[in-house]
Amino acid sequence: MSRETVINWVLGLGLLAVPFIALMQGEPFYITLATRVAILALAGVGLNLALGLGGMVSFGHAAFFGIGGYAAGILATHAFNQEPLLAWPLTVSGSSDMLVIWLVAIAICALVALVIGAITLRTSGVYFIMITLAFAQMIYYFAISWPAYGGEDGLSIYVRNGFPGLNTLDPIQFFLICYAVLMACLFISARLRDSRFGAALQVARQNPDRLAATGIAPFNIRLVAFVISAAMTGLAGALFADLNRFVSPSMLSWHVSGEIMIFVILGGVGRLFGPLAGAALFIVMEFYLGGITEHWQLFLGIILLCVVLFVRGGILGIMAGRRVHA
Amino acid sequence: MTLALLIEQLLNGIQFGVMLFLMAAGLTLVFGVMGLINLAHGSLYMIGAFLCASVALATGSFWLGLAASLAGAAAAGAVVEIVVIRRLYDRDHLDQVLATFALILIFSEGTRWVFGSFPLYLDIPQALQGAVALPGGAQYPLYRLSIIIVGVLIAIGLYLLISRTRLGMRIRAGESDREMIGALGVDIRTLYTVVFALGAALAGFAGALVGAIQSVQVGMGEPVLILAFVVIVIGGIGSIKGALIGAILVGVVDTLGRILLPELFGLFMGPSQATSVGSALASMAIYILMAVILALKPQGLFAAGAQ
Amino acid sequence: MPDAAPVLELKGLRKSFGALKATDDVSLDVRPGEIHALIGPNGAGKSTLIHQVAGSLTPDGGEVRFNGADISGLTVAQRVRRGLGRTFQVSSVAPEFSALRNVMLSVQSTQGSSFRFFRPVMRDRSLVDAAMDKLALVDLAERANVVAAELSHGERRQLEMAMALALRPKLLLLDEPMAGMGPEGSKNLTGFLDELRNEVPILLVEHDMEAVFSLADRISVLVYGSVIASGSVDDIRANKDVREAYLGGED
Repeated sequence: MSRETVINWVLGLGLLAVPFIALMQGEPFYITLATRVAILALAGVGLNLALGLGGMVSFGHAAFFGIGGYAAGILATHAFNQEPLLAWPLTVSGSSDMLVIWLVAIAICALVALVIGAITLRTSGVYFIMITLAFAQMIYYFAISWPAYGGEDGLSIYVRNGFPGLNTLDPIQFFLICYAVLMACLFISARLRDSRFGAALQVARQNPDRLAATGIAPFNIRLVAFVISAAMTGLAGALFADLNRFVSPSMLSWHVSGEIMIFVILGGVGRLFGPLAGAALFIVMEFYLGGITEHWQLFLGIILLCVVLFVRGGILGIMAGRRVHA
Repeated sequence: MTLALLIEQLLNGIQFGVMLFLMAAGLTLVFGVMGLINLAHGSLYMIGAFLCASVALATGSFWLGLAASLAGAAAAGAVVEIVVIRRLYDRDHLDQVLATFALILIFSEGTRWVFGSFPLYLDIPQALQGAVALPGGAQYPLYRLSIIIVGVLIAIGLYLLISRTRLGMRIRAGESDREMIGALGVDIRTLYTVVFALGAALAGFAGALVGAIQSVQVGMGEPVLILAFVVIVIGGIGSIKGALIGAILVGVVDTLGRILLPELFGLFMGPSQATSVGSALASMAIYILMAVILALKPQGLFAAGAQ
Repeated sequence: MPDAAPVLELKGLRKSFGALKATDDVSLDVRPGEIHALIGPNGAGKSTLIHQVAGSLTPDGGEVRFNGADISGLTVAQRVRRGLGRTFQVSSVAPEFSALRNVMLSVQSTQGSSFRFFRPVMRDRSLVDAAMDKLALVDLAERANVVAAELSHGERRQLEMAMALALRPKLLLLDEPMAGMGPEGSKNLTGFLDELRNEVPILLVEHDMEAVFSLADRISVLVYGSVIASGSVDDIRANKDVREAYLGGED
């Protein structure tokens, strides 16, 4: 086992252990914290596909996080009020079943990502960064100015959506759902990375001209990766909405895009478990700094700045050393 | 919808565009010359507004405040360049995005620490209060008209600076070939600091001017920053001319969209529905504009060969 | 076999950048079994021409025909899939991948879609074996697991050749393959290309005149964007215009 694999196991099992230790210590709040880590790490795992493997610096992944959240909120609201989502031409009702909600969140995020990607991936470099940011802002302002689902005030989910056979209101059970989804997506990411598609995607980052000269069009590869990436982040958004039982435009704000990116970078770009390490560190810092001073963001900024300037390769870069390339 | 209202809104759009230009000019210069994407540009705008408001509050003079914002923002820009930004020129865009994102956190929270969470208010200076009559009989605030004039003067000044002066020549050399200015014997480090401070001063100036129209508060720079990104993407990164035209385009489309789209939908749906559909669409209008322009010209309207 | 139908055919290709005519009505072809060398002084427009053949630049006018079909409208990747393999003037590989994985990418491309998401490539014998074969062909088998960025300049050239061959091309476009190879490397490569011509015809852009004269079946000379002479090695050696262009063009 390589050193990175060991660290990955420690991270994965460590996160799993936190809620149970918290339960034994009688500190249920830490279960919520661990759930947050799992969900935000998932959002990062999504971005890591685009950013780490494909080299697409998307500064607009909040769009997918928020859309996933709204998918959960809107479906749940319609189910709660027993109003059909659509009455014509065919009746579509809301749902409070997580599986349905996840599917909807994934489908809508994939569709939106397909449109945004088709436009933004025609550009590259700094244009891509700014345009993904701009599209996310567009959706943010749309959510604010569209009054049907709470506008600026957001939307409450009165009862957490259900999962067949489980009680989602029990924090541990909800944590386990999120953890399982995270692990499933990590598994998918690992398989993707090692697959033919993953090989093409990584070459699209390393040297797109070479990829084209091998007969594989970089644009198509990138677009599909962008869509998968968005779907994962959207799934995280749906879970996040259920965690907070609340969705608002703030999930779509560009700070969220920045934070998801921070998880990825803090952990180590392109590392499988990087987003988990990054999200965990971020939440821990937020929690402890927030306990010390209300101006914790100032210190978070300073720490982040130092990490970018002086620490290359993120946490996993420090702990596991240089990345090993098969 | 009367003609007078339309003219008034058109002027509002141009005024908004001029503000965006002041922001976008700095961003596009910094990218064109140094290849740096600077998210913290909005923080310099905020610093300008806070300096102007607090100095004006303390001294009673808007003009002193304005001078303070120009000088303060330029100084802040120079310091940030020397301490942080300098280390980022050789990094990839990802590092630049993160480091300048961190700067935003630092500046925003620092400002909140110093000034608190409540917004400051800045009065329009005595000399610029009142309104002028427009053709069609409407009144237009003198202050907003002054912003337009000042903005146009600055645009002309920038154009002259870049096309006619030694500094401008070096900037242009830096845009076309970074190694060439080294070969010309120009001190690149100083040039970069000067360019960054110039962009910062423009942003701070814009913040100060806007401070008298809006409230001065933490986070005020961020929406403007993102619009400025849209502007330079539309105009073509690195191009001052593109920034000007893009800014006016965005300002006018955004302002008129908010007025005209609800009216337009009012023609064939109920008033409340028209307002919500219209305003939701209006909030997206400039992004749709950007998407259309990019679909036609992926490098923006006046690509300066940057990238 | 000069009478066989050409594999690659350029017809009246034109490309200008502003007032500069970088490609000025260029017509030439490459036939099965031959090496057609394209030479010319620096700035003659060789790179621009290569870009148009490969598909990374769109000509202003004229046609690029490949195996009888007009491919002018196709992208780089589409042309490669039709059988137009190439190497770059400055070696272009995936620097973070091992030599083996680089070649596997080419093999993967010939096996159809890259939209296969779940099976690890390293456990796919059909990819690994085919790639190893090609690496052995260019004498790089022992270096299969070395990251491309750590290969020497010459090895990276060999790797590129393996990647191009793994595509099973119907034509090879080689852009200055001898550059920076040293006398030993050039000699080996010359021998290699000499044999290769029987499998795949080559359009060879090269500065090394010794290599060109020993390899080429035909030579075309490009000066200021137009072909000033085209013919056998002896024809070109004897051509007055060519001598002038070279003696006058070289500083």
